[in-house]
Amino acid sequence: MTEMRLLDGSEAIVEAALLAGARFFAGYPMAPATELLEHMAAKLPRVDGVCINADSELQAVNMALGAAQVGARAATGSCGQGLALMQEAIAEAALNETPLVIFNIARNQQDYFQATRGGGWGDYRTVTFAPKDLHEAVEHTHLAFHVADKYRVPVIFMADNLIARTQMGTALPVPELETLPPKDWALDGTMGGTGASRWIWTFGGGKANRPGVGPDGYWRQIADKFDRIAKAEARHEQGFCDDAECVVVAFGSGGKFVEHVVRELRAEGHKIGFFRPVTLWPFPSEALEAATENASNILVFELNAGQMIDDVRLAVEGRDRIKPIGGISFDDSGLNIGPLMDARVIRTRILDQLAGKPLTELPYTGMGAYL
Amino acid sequence: MTARTEDKAPARAVTRGTVVIDIDRCKGCELCIPACPPQVLTMSTEGNSLGYLYPILEPGCTGCTACLQVCPDFVFEIYRYDDPIDETTATEETIR
Amino acid sequence: MRAIDTSLPPQRPATKTAEFKPSLLLKEDHHLCAGCGEPVAIRLILEVIEELELTQNNVCILGHGCYGSFIMLMDVDSTLCLHGRAPAVATGMKRMRPGVAIWTLQGDGDMTSEGLAEIMQTAARGEDVTCFMLNNGVFGDTGGQMTASSVIGQRTKNTIEGRDAGYHGNPIQLAEILSQMPGAGYVARGSVHNAASINATRKMIRKAFQRPMDGHGLALMEILTMCPTGWFVPPGEGAEYMMESLGKVYGLGELKDAGAASDDDSDD
Repeated sequence: MTEMRLLDGSEAIVEAALLAGARFFAGYPMAPATELLEHMAAKLPRVDGVCINADSELQAVNMALGAAQVGARAATGSCGQGLALMQEAIAEAALNETPLVIFNIARNQQDYFQATRGGGWGDYRTVTFAPKDLHEAVEHTHLAFHVADKYRVPVIFMADNLIARTQMGTALPVPELETLPPKDWALDGTMGGTGASRWIWTFGGGKANRPGVGPDGYWRQIADKFDRIAKAEARHEQGFCDDAECVVVAFGSGGKFVEHVVRELRAEGHKIGFFRPVTLWPFPSEALEAATENASNILVFELNAGQMIDDVRLAVEGRDRIKPIGGISFDDSGLNIGPLMDARVIRTRILDQLAGKPLTELPYTGMGAYL
Repeated sequence: MTARTEDKAPARAVTRGTVVIDIDRCKGCELCIPACPPQVLTMSTEGNSLGYLYPILEPGCTGCTACLQVCPDFVFEIYRYDDPIDETTATEETIR
Repeated sequence: MRAIDTSLPPQRPATKTAEFKPSLLLKEDHHLCAGCGEPVAIRLILEVIEELELTQNNVCILGHGCYGSFIMLMDVDSTLCLHGRAPAVATGMKRMRPGVAIWTLQGDGDMTSEGLAEIMQTAARGEDVTCFMLNNGVFGDTGGQMTASSVIGQRTKNTIEGRDAGYHGNPIQLAEILSQMPGAGYVARGSVHNAASINATRKMIRKAFQRPMDGHGLALMEILTMCPTGWFVPPGEGAEYMMESLGKVYGLGELKDAGAASDDDSDD
């Protein structure tokens, strides 16, 4: 804990990462993740860390992979478009058990499938934290490095441009987390010639004098590990769900907006609640099922054409209760959150839905600002 | 260097060294045959357990390790005799 | 001529001067083809690591190629990374463990085809790592297809009439390019086609490890290795074929040595 400071999200995340022990970052500029790279470049050398201005996202993620494999707390980051280029390495980290943190400072919420399904090869998952604001982003930064090391898995930290570019006061609190064992698996170079040299390899072949279980066995072990993580690491936040006839589900910044609107509607007498997956994977399915037990309406707000709604449908019985109230919503630049992320618009959409009215479509804003 | 390993005339009247050949790991590539400076390696005419031909050693080895260095399959182990064998007086019964 | 029984060690007093395998190899058996040059190059690298007393101070990053299976055979801390990315992985490792010898083991397909950006930009940054390219001008592991390093006229499975400059493009002479870059401290090309060349290559490999450890920047150590299977020639003809094809394009020797002035074995 330091003194209270007014920081934007990018700087707060970087400060939290350093407090969490991160000593390596490699990145490539892309809005709105660029400031994260700039702060890493400025701050990491002050703690004897290294920030590499990589020449591509492919190289950035593989550098971070290397740094993590020799035992450092290492990360890379970009926005969803940059993470698209990193998919192969994220899958590799999952399959060869390298703890790696990937910061996604997303442009919007169209990265949900990318984060929770992934575009790499193999039976893997990526634990994904989706903070609702700067304060939670600070906490999640610590959790991301912790969970990555605890299970030796890649962890995606998925914030957005609203969090990254909004200033809030924070004392950068450090959460109390269990002490983890030393990384005796790390490739520190000392075990050559001992007959006990270490290996990190997706095929799980081991060494000739200590054969591994091989690809089939190894990938089953990895899949089993993700089953364990799914049971242990799902996190969520909810409010007013016990007697709610309507539950609104939203994640990240959207979840914070929805919470605000639901609190207003509650105060006005509506039997409404909110549910926010804090981890997108593992998705808090059991908690959502319980929270929506008595609800006749489950409204899903997300800034995309409908991605998380699939997980909601998998989690709860009764598909006809589930209705989307979000949609694609960008500003004119195509880089930033658009007009749907507005408490008044969300409020109208919830009330319209409860009244059985069709959703009001927001008009396309056009390219006027650029002409 | 090329001259030393490839062109120098063999001194086969004396055997200064010898090799152990793990013939069952040999894949018969024949790289050792031209590599041998005294030219005392020849290929077998019958296959090993895998069906590959393998090198056979004749008198005159110098223990230089050239065969070992070019061998992709690690089938050679090299020895140098404390006292060289004079091949002009050696017989089939001479202890190796 | 008398055939000598070589199944057992000699009975006469003798001294063993060389073991079957380098001590950093866990066992001799491997599945690489007859006449392959890669195990020969790997023996040299492992012997030099021991000579330079880097045995317990090195990490190997293997790329994707036939040599990749040696991750199981080499008794050194090692990882097998994504195709072409080894120099990027090495960068992260070296920056976090600056005192450790970090070396990549890649092929021409891995380095000049899939991973050209990685090796070039790692060299440009001047990372103090050693990068080996086992160059046989062919994707051996997939059965003999053209790489960026295949030479004009070379027959491969997908240039069956020979690589044509107009249709398939020209080979990339990576070592020559890297030798022009300030961040590359040592650039050399060796070969394992005969014992003399193997000895010369061993001396280059020593420098390829020493220069980065002395802070001179990246070392690119290219080694021409035979791939008779990928060249459609009998194993015994691989060495000759190599020097008649790749050897004509890829000249042997040191292209750059930024540490020559501080060299204590300059008699090499």
